[in-house]
Amino acid sequence: MTDATDMSTPGNPAKTRGSLHAQDARTKRRNAAETRFKAYGIAAIVIGLFFLVVLAVSIIRAGAPTFTRAVVDVEFTLTQPQLEAAESQLFKTKAYQDLFIAALQERLDARGIEAEFDATAIERLLGKIGGDLRAFYAENPEQVGQPVSFQLPASSRVDGYFKGRVSRETIQDSRFLMASDLDLVDALAEAGVIRNAFNWAFLTGADAGVDNPGGAGIGASVVGSFFMMLVVLVLSLPIGVAASIYLEEFAPKNRFTDLIEVNISNLAAVPSIVFGILGLAVFIQFMHLPQSAPLVGGLVLTLMTLPTIIISTRASLKAVPPSIRDAALGVGASKMQAVFHHVLPLAMPGILTGTIIGLAQALGETAPLLLIGMVGFVARGYPDGLMAGFTEPNSAMPAQIYTWAARADAGFYEKAWGGIIVLLAFLLTMNIIAIILRRRFERRW
Amino acid sequence: MTLKLTASALAIAAVSATAAAARDNVQIAGSSTVLPYASIVAELFGENTDFPTPVVESGGSSAGLKRFCEGVGENTIDIANASRAIREKEIKACAENGVTDIIEVRIGYDGIVFASQQSGPAFTAFQPADIFNAIGAKVLVDGEVVDNPYNTWAEFNSDLPDAEIAMFIPGTKHGTREVFEDKVLLEGCEATGAMKAMMDGGMSEDDAEDACLDVRQDGRSVDIDGDYTETLARIDANPDGIGVFGLAFYENNTDKLKVATMGGVAPSTETIASGEYPVSRPLFFYIKKAHIGVIPGLKEYAQFFTADEIAGPSGPLANYGLVADPELAETQQKIADEQVMGSSM
Repeated sequence: MTDATDMSTPGNPAKTRGSLHAQDARTKRRNAAETRFKAYGIAAIVIGLFFLVVLAVSIIRAGAPTFTRAVVDVEFTLTQPQLEAAESQLFKTKAYQDLFIAALQERLDARGIEAEFDATAIERLLGKIGGDLRAFYAENPEQVGQPVSFQLPASSRVDGYFKGRVSRETIQDSRFLMASDLDLVDALAEAGVIRNAFNWAFLTGADAGVDNPGGAGIGASVVGSFFMMLVVLVLSLPIGVAASIYLEEFAPKNRFTDLIEVNISNLAAVPSIVFGILGLAVFIQFMHLPQSAPLVGGLVLTLMTLPTIIISTRASLKAVPPSIRDAALGVGASKMQAVFHHVLPLAMPGILTGTIIGLAQALGETAPLLLIGMVGFVARGYPDGLMAGFTEPNSAMPAQIYTWAARADAGFYEKAWGGIIVLLAFLLTMNIIAIILRRRFERRW
Repeated sequence: MTLKLTASALAIAAVSATAAAARDNVQIAGSSTVLPYASIVAELFGENTDFPTPVVESGGSSAGLKRFCEGVGENTIDIANASRAIREKEIKACAENGVTDIIEVRIGYDGIVFASQQSGPAFTAFQPADIFNAIGAKVLVDGEVVDNPYNTWAEFNSDLPDAEIAMFIPGTKHGTREVFEDKVLLEGCEATGAMKAMMDGGMSEDDAEDACLDVRQDGRSVDIDGDYTETLARIDANPDGIGVFGLAFYENNTDKLKVATMGGVAPSTETIASGEYPVSRPLFFYIKKAHIGVIPGLKEYAQFFTADEIAGPSGPLANYGLVADPELAETQQKIADEQVMGSSM
């Protein structure tokens, strides 16, 4: 301030005033501060990007192997008597598996594979294939008696051997895999019986038992997450938008509405597990909704998402210039017409952003699902219809990832990383849809 | 707007419509030790029968039994998995909520093993006394009961490596903790003479037992409340660390873990079945009898679980690490008769 007055005072020539081109010390300092600030900003962005890259690389490196799996590629014929014999047993899938192993052994004998093996060795190499076989013949009864070419998953450790997770150095003889089995695997790989193939089952399948990592997939839980998000979207968007329009445009400003406002802000900060307990008490124990169902998960997550949507909707309604409202009211529109014809469309991009942030948060949430039975072993497979999608037990992606990460077999740990990639892809798709919608609604003034 | 209104009206209709829909799948919760076995059976049950795959949740034996005892009805669970027998207190809590008829099913035995990092010091042989000396809150030194002074294993047993004591034991919500206390800490307490010294010092037997089960709180013994993967991660990060695992978990991770003998016996399904290996416990699940006939597939699930092909010595459960129950036939009979607890005991 003093500088400015000094310079502007007439008859008091500036003592230090030089050329405009030569910077004085003060200007230099200010410029240097600005340069430094820019450098800090760039450094912050670089650090952020660095961590993003590290994260992305480590996720992709750990998760990419999940998308391929070692499969056994064999032609197999099941005769009608064999089918009937297998179906008459209690443990049917085991019977199918034994038939397949016997056929495979015969085939390998005929082919002259140069490695010692017996039926138990082949059993160790194969994954749990009985379920796949039984499901195939149940769906395609006309294929009984015909030679069918099967691609069935190899066991988790053979899979690990192909991917470098298991090696001759680290392997310890166990009933899961003997060191000598690896010779057989090498011989079979050379003969083209065992090879690496794209793992469609991971994208389409449901969870599998802890002894069957090769058969586990994330598809069913993607569907579960989808139905949950549907519930969240359909409930929280209209309720949230209606609440915020009323509060912002119509409600009188008094103590009561202030109280509501404060409470909504507080709700946004409540830990998600609290909503889980609430969901258990209200939706399952009081309203008797089914356990482990995406419907209940969606309702719980709706409670969690509502405050986020209300807060962001109110902010974007506030950001619409008052002149728009005044102009609309000025030409004779009613208050409601002004809001719905003019204010709401302009606030739409902000509302959508808030909704997507809320949905993304809900998508990654595991804690509330823990209490309503969606975390654990939920391997129901695909729902039979739209209604069943809401009410049949299902898991959600983050819950599935969490479950896999806790299992003993290293194959599941890899699956957890693969699941993270799918979850991120799902999230990215949601965000892209939001961006496209926002672009269409966006208006400038 | 009308579209949105219809959509929300639809959602509300959906909520009220499903409230009446019956549950068609078995709902299970409980011990994280039983969870792997239950998930194997659940998958096979779905594949081999026309019933839908049961839902199995984890959370620990106590949490599972608590939910089991919440009452009778479709919105409560049908089966509780437990890595210990149900307690009197829990049976009482069950009865108060109307859960009176409970069928107890013993599915087999599980071993508890002590393992360390493959490349760590040679922890290959333990006695219960060693474990007690390492992590007991009060131990016996030169005839006196004092706060645990030991920092390395070699300080109390020169056969053990001169490595820092770092043990990762199951937290109190796990059923495994109880077995660990009974079969290792208490045994060790008696073997070292600490228990006798405590009783000589004027403690009652019960108090002395409780004191034996106290674990030191100075960070050398860490309670793990998560599952075995968490213990494994701790062991991975600490070459001197020793963790408590289930036999099946260890057998799935033999490339990372080195197991120690207990009392001179190496843990395996054979030594556990014969009772030579001292630290093992039975695994159970509990069925709500009132739900049989209401929830489709409940009895069939229990029968499938305990069938010789599944829970027998050559079944998939034994292959995963469960020690088959030699008295499986009796259990099968019990389920067939729907024999509830307390009726024959």
